[in-house]
Amino acid sequence: MTATFLILAAITIAGTVAAMALRNLVHCVLALTLGFAGLAALYLQLGAQFVGLTQILVYVGAVAILAVFVIMMTQNPTQTSDSIFSSFWFGGGLIAALVFAVLGWAIHASHLPSGVATPQAQAAVHPIGDALMHQYVLPLEIMGLLLTAALIGAVVLAMQEKRRSA
Amino acid sequence: MSSLTSYLLVSALVFSIGLAGALTRRSAILVLIGIELMLNAANLNFIAFWRYGPHPEALTGVMFAIFSIGIAAAEAAVGLGIILAVYRHSKTTELDQMNSMKG
Repeated sequence: MTATFLILAAITIAGTVAAMALRNLVHCVLALTLGFAGLAALYLQLGAQFVGLTQILVYVGAVAILAVFVIMMTQNPTQTSDSIFSSFWFGGGLIAALVFAVLGWAIHASHLPSGVATPQAQAAVHPIGDALMHQYVLPLEIMGLLLTAALIGAVVLAMQEKRRSA
Repeated sequence: MSSLTSYLLVSALVFSIGLAGALTRRSAILVLIGIELMLNAANLNFIAFWRYGPHPEALTGVMFAIFSIGIAAAEAAVGLGIILAVYRHSKTTELDQMNSMKG
């Protein structure tokens, strides 16, 4: 466990906590990009370069911008926002704390490998592209089909409904 | 505490934060973002187990993480589209006020 890991983990946790606790939604998304960037740096530190850069591209780039667009399109000044938490806040927080307790206990109790990483475990882009084009070509095609269907579906959902004159 | 354990702990913490946000926040957009955080925690687990597993040259964890990111992107697009459609109908994104499924 190095100082780099500690700093990156602190950035990630701080960003995600702020994203879930701030009042202003735009501030939440800003903190969320910080958390996603911290996760991407953790991937890079683990040697998964392609996944780290994809994380920056997809999450920091696309998902955060999409969320900001939706927040700005749905700003309603007359909303009664006395509290940012729903009426289920106590039960939800309790469930989350219990889940973390169970996960932490499971991690603590299991016999994991002692942390000696095999050397040269670098996922460069070239072997990943090779694997995607040979071994994983069918999942790749299915993923392309799914993304196309999802994007068409999102556009149809967000399109203005035609008023039916009946 | 080994390195893998600390990565798993960070991942469990991110998952719990996302779960808490998804269960307690009032805004539907932030509930969606909480779900995204949970998916990201799973990705961190995939990458950590790939790095410290016995066969890192097989690239299985990396592949799973890449496909998981793709699924998460599709989910975010459709979820935000649904939020826009609901907002156009009921003029709110607060979950406490969405109490009717009938148009």
